[in-house]
Amino acid sequence: MLDVVTTDTLAEAAQSMGDRTRFLNGGTLVMRAVNYGDQRFDRIVRTREALNDVQTHGDRVQLGAGVTMAQIMASRDLSFLAPAARAVGGPAIRNMATVGGNICAPHPYGDLAVALLALDGQLALADGSTLPLATYLSDRKGLIRSISIQRPSGDAFRFRKVSRVKPKGISVMSMAAHLNRSAGRLSDVRVAYAAMGPDPVRVPAVERALEGASLDATGIQPALAAATEGLTPPDDALASSWYRREVAPVHLRRLLLGEDTR
Amino acid sequence: MKIPVTFTLNGTEAAAFTDPGQNLLDLLRRNLGDLTPKFGCGQGTCGTCTVLIDGEPHLSCLILAEAAQGREIETTAGLANGPDLHPLQTAFMEGFAAQCGYCTPGMLMVAKALLDRNPSPTRDEVIEAISGNLCRCTGYEPIVEAILTAARAPRHATGRTA
Amino acid sequence: MPVEFRKDLFADERDDNLAEIGKPHIRQDILGHVTGRSPYYDDHLFDGLLHLRCVRAPYHHARVRSVDASAAERVPGVVRIIRPSDVPQNLNTLLALLNFGRDDEPLLTPEKTGYRGEPILAVVATSEAAARDAVAQVKVDWEELPHVLDVEEALKPGAPIVNTTYPNNTFDYHDRYDHQKLRFGDTEAAFAQADHIVEGEYQMSPIEQAPIETCGAIASPETNDRFVCYTSTQALFFSVAVSAKQTALPSSRLHFIGGTVGGGFGGKVDSHHEPLAILGAMLTGHPVKYQWDRAEEMQVGAPRSGERWRIKDGVMRDGRIIAREFTGFFDAGAYTRLTSYGVQKCTGHLPGPYTIPNVASNTYCVYTNRTPSTAMRGFGITGVDFSIECQMDRVAEAVGMDPIELRILNAYRDGDMKAHRRTAKNCALIESCQVVAQKSGWALSPDAMAQSSRVGGGAGWRAEIPETVIDHAGQIGERRRNWIDTEPFAGATQRDRIAAGTANEHPATGNAPQRDDMVIEAERLGFKVSDGPPAGAPSYGTRATAPTPPAAPSFTPPQTPTPPVGAPVPYPNAGPSLPPAARGAPAASPPVSAAPPTPPSPTTPSPQPAPTVSTTPPSAPAGSQDQAPRAPRRPGVSRFISGPRGRR
Repeated sequence: MLDVVTTDTLAEAAQSMGDRTRFLNGGTLVMRAVNYGDQRFDRIVRTREALNDVQTHGDRVQLGAGVTMAQIMASRDLSFLAPAARAVGGPAIRNMATVGGNICAPHPYGDLAVALLALDGQLALADGSTLPLATYLSDRKGLIRSISIQRPSGDAFRFRKVSRVKPKGISVMSMAAHLNRSAGRLSDVRVAYAAMGPDPVRVPAVERALEGASLDATGIQPALAAATEGLTPPDDALASSWYRREVAPVHLRRLLLGEDTR
Repeated sequence: MKIPVTFTLNGTEAAAFTDPGQNLLDLLRRNLGDLTPKFGCGQGTCGTCTVLIDGEPHLSCLILAEAAQGREIETTAGLANGPDLHPLQTAFMEGFAAQCGYCTPGMLMVAKALLDRNPSPTRDEVIEAISGNLCRCTGYEPIVEAILTAARAPRHATGRTA
Repeated sequence: MPVEFRKDLFADERDDNLAEIGKPHIRQDILGHVTGRSPYYDDHLFDGLLHLRCVRAPYHHARVRSVDASAAERVPGVVRIIRPSDVPQNLNTLLALLNFGRDDEPLLTPEKTGYRGEPILAVVATSEAAARDAVAQVKVDWEELPHVLDVEEALKPGAPIVNTTYPNNTFDYHDRYDHQKLRFGDTEAAFAQADHIVEGEYQMSPIEQAPIETCGAIASPETNDRFVCYTSTQALFFSVAVSAKQTALPSSRLHFIGGTVGGGFGGKVDSHHEPLAILGAMLTGHPVKYQWDRAEEMQVGAPRSGERWRIKDGVMRDGRIIAREFTGFFDAGAYTRLTSYGVQKCTGHLPGPYTIPNVASNTYCVYTNRTPSTAMRGFGITGVDFSIECQMDRVAEAVGMDPIELRILNAYRDGDMKAHRRTAKNCALIESCQVVAQKSGWALSPDAMAQSSRVGGGAGWRAEIPETVIDHAGQIGERRRNWIDTEPFAGATQRDRIAAGTANEHPATGNAPQRDDMVIEAERLGFKVSDGPPAGAPSYGTRATAPTPPAAPSFTPPQTPTPPVGAPVPYPNAGPSLPPAARGAPAASPPVSAAPPTPPSPTTPSPQPAPTVSTTPPSAPAGSQDQAPRAPRRPGVSRFISGPRGRR
């Protein structure tokens, strides 16, 4: 029988975690696993501590792990992130799904996580430690308290979700980019993909190719050529590895040049 | 080990004992006898289990029952005012916005949340509001039309009695 | 959007007093829908409700070497494990109710599973979560077997045998052929005369009905020695009959209550949930619910068959199609269910709403290791219609003709003889084309616009049954022994000609029922079953003289023992249950097979005594060895749908 532990604080919750334990945040993934009798865990841990605040500190914004997609869409401070939040599920899911949950979600989920990667996400964990989001994604160990991201200036941040079913559908891939432009040249380039590997990842080959380039069809050519360098896109029910490789440069171009922004 | 949970259901205090891991949909249906929210998938894709929590649509099959403690929950059972139907219910009836009827409770809840927040939605806003609810029978058009019709109905309109 | 009524069309054929049609009405059930009170099967509360879940095959094709449920039994909350041996009549096929086909599908499979998701064991527990945990604890030693997922691969000699009841991977039609034939005229000769030959291949995937309400049933003991069963079924009488048979309960002990169906679309006719739920209630003494989750609904729930079609048309320069040949494959998945009937339904539909003087089709009900398919929205017809209409566009392209004008040219008209030897009436394809063309601004020639379904049909060759060439290729078992072509006439070493004007004989009404207690009593049905040919049987021109018996099928049905008088009829627990004699086609479906064949040539095996085309009443099946005398009739107890003879 499933064991449910409810703690007053996140720190206490972290202590109750173990191998066969899941942390319950919004519930959109954990309760689905409970409903389907997932045999890989027999304990759920949750906390009463509120983790849903949004705070701005200078050019960075801090979001609690419990902030929901709906909250992001409603927050003026986070209007740049709204397209990524809107890509998650349908309206009811967005009232429940959390930042922490999306970061911890397995493939093919992670539409918000990819945006946070491109925005230089830095995590604060329950035990007080901090680490870059990219590092956390490799093993997802530790409970997330909050994440801090860079506020992009102007239209430096782009996001694109590719899915067969719109508006609510699982991603074949999603992409996010942070591109600062000064004197017509790109700087502070960060590009990330989700559903193009086991976890959302930054794409160093593309970032190197874009650094210092001009944001036009010619300038981005080297980046498009390197679109899937170093990646092994998965084969799954949504799309084959071959398909993902084929269309990734197309979507990357549309993302960078702002085309076809349905 | 049973866990007590209390909340407000359609304006009335409700109480139940939940099993660990039990979801809110199951609690509402089996423990409290409110059969109006439905089971369709158990994974958050169909929307038939939609209830309102503090006025906002939530999927009850994905909510741990004890997490509902102290919240205000609304289901389709609470839509009608005694014998008088909610304008949405009347609009669905007159607009042929249901065939098998299984998606209807979920559709009504998201529609109510929309109209309570936005009394004059555009067609696109209606479509966005129901975008998390699947229907296999109607093709969605009659549902969208019915919601727009209900939005245009005078407030406190009463329809055919239950 | 208001409905437009084209009352000008066929105005003299109907009474136009439309008192109800066209006027808005409130659905009688929609008040329940909008208040959430419509009673779906799960909207009934039971104290002490138990939950049933199945252990399922993870492979497409596998043998069960052993099952160890000991750990599962120890999971807290588990009340009972249900094994194949617990099912009184494990094997069934849905259309046994119509005496069509052999029992081929277990409720719980003991030895060999044929599709991913096939259930081999059921667990009943106090909660769904406990049932899931217990299912995960059942240890099964699986032997994965080679599988086949393509209809044509399944027909090849070396293909794995999917369904042991039909070891050739095809349903046995009329105890003779491994496919359903339709022959009308002489397509070979017509192709030789045609100006163009147009060929196409078309394919449809299986389609899942995906209703928002998943399949399920709740069964509970009632206080009057009955079991009540609430079910999502679309087919309440199918469900009560199948449940009575498989649980060996008389239907008088079953109280079935159908509710509002939360979307069916054909996917809620297979009646698999009710017998298991009732069995659970019988074995535990408690209410038992068996509900599919969404994953089961998608994977295990029966879809519409995938189909593959090849169409070959012989076309004249002016667009007239003078010959059409079909080869069609229905993917039944691992078990028959309704696909056998889908093929026959389809055959009666060919060649589509067009008058074509030479038609031939071979249509196969093929077993593969896919999920068994079933009904969905016009099943048997939609796949071939898609193919036919794509083909018509290709024909139009080949002859350089407007595609709608081509359809009008070839459309059937009132009075035309159709390939299955019935006269077309109330045709309206021409008018439909004209109206659609007008509405969509598609220009048609004055001549096309002047055509009418009521003019030009039923005269000359159009009204006649032509001399028809038939063949005997594709007998049961032939294909597996020596791979032969599936195309109509290919590989036919012998062809016979049936005289013009010959309608096929209606198959025997005296079909041996599958079991002795499934006997139609005419007086209980309320009308007299006549001794002559059934009403509506075609009678065009001269009949052939008394037909000679068909050649023996190469598959010899095993002889079931005749039950002694008065003793309970034994229910076989495994293997096909067949009547003592060969059976004809079901009385329910329209006559579609070719006219009776001429005597076999000396090289074919000598025929066994086969039933004559009999018109004796059904209680005396032709060719059967003994007729079990009827037991005394008890009032209020149905003998048509019944359990063991020796009941109270």
